[in-house]
Amino acid sequence: MTEPVLRLEALQKSFGALTVTNNVTLEVAAGELHAVIGPNGAGKTTLINQISGLLAPDSGRIVFADQDVTALSAPKRAALGLARSFQITSVLPGFSVLENVALAVQARMGSSFRFFGRASAEEALNTPAMAALGEVGLAARADMLAGYLSHGEKRALELAIALAMEPKLLLLDEPMAGVGREESKRLITMLSRLKGRFPILLVEHDMTAVFALADRISVLIYGQILTSGIPDAVRVDPQVIAAYLGEELE
Amino acid sequence: MSISLLIVQILNGLQLGVLLFLIAAGLTLVFGVMDFINLAHGVQYMLGAYLAVMFYALTGSTLLALVLALLAALAFGLFLEFAVFRHLYERDHLDQVIATFGIILFLNQAVKFVWGAAPLSLPIPEMFSGVVVLMPGLTYPIWRLVIIVCGLAVALLLYVLVSRTRFGMLVRAGANNAAMVSALGVDIRRLFMIVFGFGTMLAGFAGIMIAPILSVEPGMGDTILILAFVVIVIGGIGSIRGAFLAALLIGLADTLGRSFAVDILRLVMTPSPARTVGPAIASMLIYLLMALVLYVRPTGLFPPKGR
Amino acid sequence: MPLPTSIARREWLPVTLFIAFALLPVAAAFDAETYLLGLFMRVMIFAIAALGLDLLVGYGALVSFGHAAFIGIGAYAVAILASHGVTEAAISLPFALAAATAFAWLTGLVCLRTRGVYFIMITLAFGQMAYFFAGSLAPYGGDDGLTIHTRNTLFGLAAFKHERLFYYIVLGCLIGCYVLCRALVASRFGRVFRGARENPTRMVTLGFEIHHYQLMAYMMSGAFGGFAGFLLANASDFVSPAYMSWQRSGELIIMIIFGGIGTLHGAILGTLAFLLLGEWLSGLTEHWKMIFGPLLVLVVLLARGGLIGLASQLATWWRREHIHSPSGFAYALLRLVRSLRVWLDAKIIGLAGPFRSRSRD
Repeated sequence: MTEPVLRLEALQKSFGALTVTNNVTLEVAAGELHAVIGPNGAGKTTLINQISGLLAPDSGRIVFADQDVTALSAPKRAALGLARSFQITSVLPGFSVLENVALAVQARMGSSFRFFGRASAEEALNTPAMAALGEVGLAARADMLAGYLSHGEKRALELAIALAMEPKLLLLDEPMAGVGREESKRLITMLSRLKGRFPILLVEHDMTAVFALADRISVLIYGQILTSGIPDAVRVDPQVIAAYLGEELE
Repeated sequence: MSISLLIVQILNGLQLGVLLFLIAAGLTLVFGVMDFINLAHGVQYMLGAYLAVMFYALTGSTLLALVLALLAALAFGLFLEFAVFRHLYERDHLDQVIATFGIILFLNQAVKFVWGAAPLSLPIPEMFSGVVVLMPGLTYPIWRLVIIVCGLAVALLLYVLVSRTRFGMLVRAGANNAAMVSALGVDIRRLFMIVFGFGTMLAGFAGIMIAPILSVEPGMGDTILILAFVVIVIGGIGSIRGAFLAALLIGLADTLGRSFAVDILRLVMTPSPARTVGPAIASMLIYLLMALVLYVRPTGLFPPKGR
Repeated sequence: MPLPTSIARREWLPVTLFIAFALLPVAAAFDAETYLLGLFMRVMIFAIAALGLDLLVGYGALVSFGHAAFIGIGAYAVAILASHGVTEAAISLPFALAAATAFAWLTGLVCLRTRGVYFIMITLAFGQMAYFFAGSLAPYGGDDGLTIHTRNTLFGLAAFKHERLFYYIVLGCLIGCYVLCRALVASRFGRVFRGARENPTRMVTLGFEIHHYQLMAYMMSGAFGGFAGFLLANASDFVSPAYMSWQRSGELIIMIIFGGIGTLHGAILGTLAFLLLGEWLSGLTEHWKMIFGPLLVLVVLLARGGLIGLASQLATWWRREHIHSPSGFAYALLRLVRSLRVWLDAKIIGLAGPFRSRSRD
């Protein structure tokens, strides 16, 4: 039984009187796709921000790749192999699509304190970048400015950026948000290809995607993990049904 | 170093602090509510002083001159807002800095054009001229006390206005989220204009009050403007309370620093280097203070919440 | 956002400028030589400082309002050493660069913890600090400044004393700095720095400690300023705290905005335009700032992108292509004319109103 890639222990976060993360304990095993679902306002993005290092928890531990990273800054966690995508697409709009990914390759390779030489012409950076773009189907758009991509294409670009980091864990924050049906199907296919290559923690609202992809599902309600288990079990869990159906009736 | 000198310098420090507060309050309000950096705020202060001198020459009565100058400064400020500033609210800060810098160049020169480059002066109103005896052997000019009292009164007035009135509530809401306030049906243009008018009046008032003591000359607003910016950065942008505390802190630190730096240094080093290093450190003191505060709290002592 | 263009198209402007600068002493030999040489030397020196500032402002969105302090520090390093008998450039230059870079490092550590307007204010305040500190240095002239009696020697040769030779040395320095800045912007370092402006959160989650890059860029920018100060001290034989006043810092920002920020060649063009305009206007009237001030306001309101942006807007308008950005001088003129017409129409209809309705009855 190998060590889980990510382990959250009793994570706690409050903003004033509002407790957003309440005693969250979670594990992502090697090679699995673990989905986190929950209604809006459950604290999913806050959780991702704490894992990636943009937000510091009030208490609790985060163990990633056998290291306690709770006190590590976000760049250091990224250097250890933690890649993430953002709920609201976060690319570099003034850079070309290729450069966006090449920057991720550059980050991986270190040695960015080089002051000479045209970075945009470096094969050592561009070749892996093109490979990542090929994986998500954006190779044809390599020279376009990222700001001009369609919403679905930007989503794919975020994925390519994450891939180029050769991650040990992929954190995906609602990659299907705002994406149309066609694009959504493409993204699901892409993600199922990536499944198994890296462990993925997928935060998502789109139930089709979740039940198509997840090996395990954790349900987050009001900052607490309600239950955690295989999709078929979660689907019929009365507590989960009550929590979700309760939401819908209102 | 005697006690009476210390007391006099503390009072002077309070006076400078109060003056800085009058200028910084307008600056921080305008920046907090409208997100507008107004480098030309300093010339507002300078104009107040020049208008006071002009109206005194016209009317012969210092008190009347003060009142008229205040009204004229307000009018001019509103005119500037209407003609130039309101087109800058949507722009980014760099554009605002450049445009208001241009206004400073223009007005500093215009003032030279109209009144000449030589420093002017204004007599203290007779009622308040002369000194008051605080302690045996210790006298202090009445007018400086008047400035301190007026400044504190304005601070109190602002506090009541901002935290106890409906208008103040709109101002605080506007500082937090102007778009939302506008969506709620408040005429945001008018709110901005009123806030700006207030700020401008405060600066003009400061200039008018200081005119009898300082020499009135072109460019007098520039140095005090930088000090005011240091005040609002330390105090936290948008916070009147922060501006008040920071202004008093800066006023006292600067005045006491300049007076006693050499003496304090003489405690640890020989007189000769103390006399060279002393003034150098005194001139840098408030900037070192600012650096210290910002190192610990990069958004000031009372930062804007939720932005 | 600079759009991708071929190198040749982009570099024709700076190359033209450099050739013009190189030919000036030849043209000037016939008339008012010293004056013109002196003027254009100042243009080139301030252009070096402006290049350093454009790196920060244009490519990093770090608006430093205290850049003049670096020029002053470089200049004072030269003057102070000269007053103690040290006039060898091989000593003075490294000293000037080191002093400016050290100041940049110390102040950068504090400044870069802030963002946006706080950054502008704190750089402004540090500039003031340097200004007042220099003014309090009584043994080195205090407020009145310090005269430099001997210019720096270059490895023993009195190269700087020969006006024309010095002019070409400065030109060489400007070209060198320009090439260096271009390389920096295109390098791996430059890409991270530019990325930190576009989207700092994204950069941080990629694994970049952006503070380190910004501090390095701030120090480099300071070094360019110090270099300009070294040259300025030798060109004017004089230093004073006024070199570091916040008005000088403001003027540097104006220079790069005039030309067009984030383009590098705009910094050179803007410096040229600014200083020449100032010279010309001050010749016209003593109160030239009353013209200059409003001109600045108009430039900000109407001509975004500076002269470079203006030129490309007009070129696009001339070619009758669709104008993409809804700003720019040409488009603003069009809009002004159109809105005047609409306003006039409305007024006329308003005037005719009562008569029109009556005629319908």
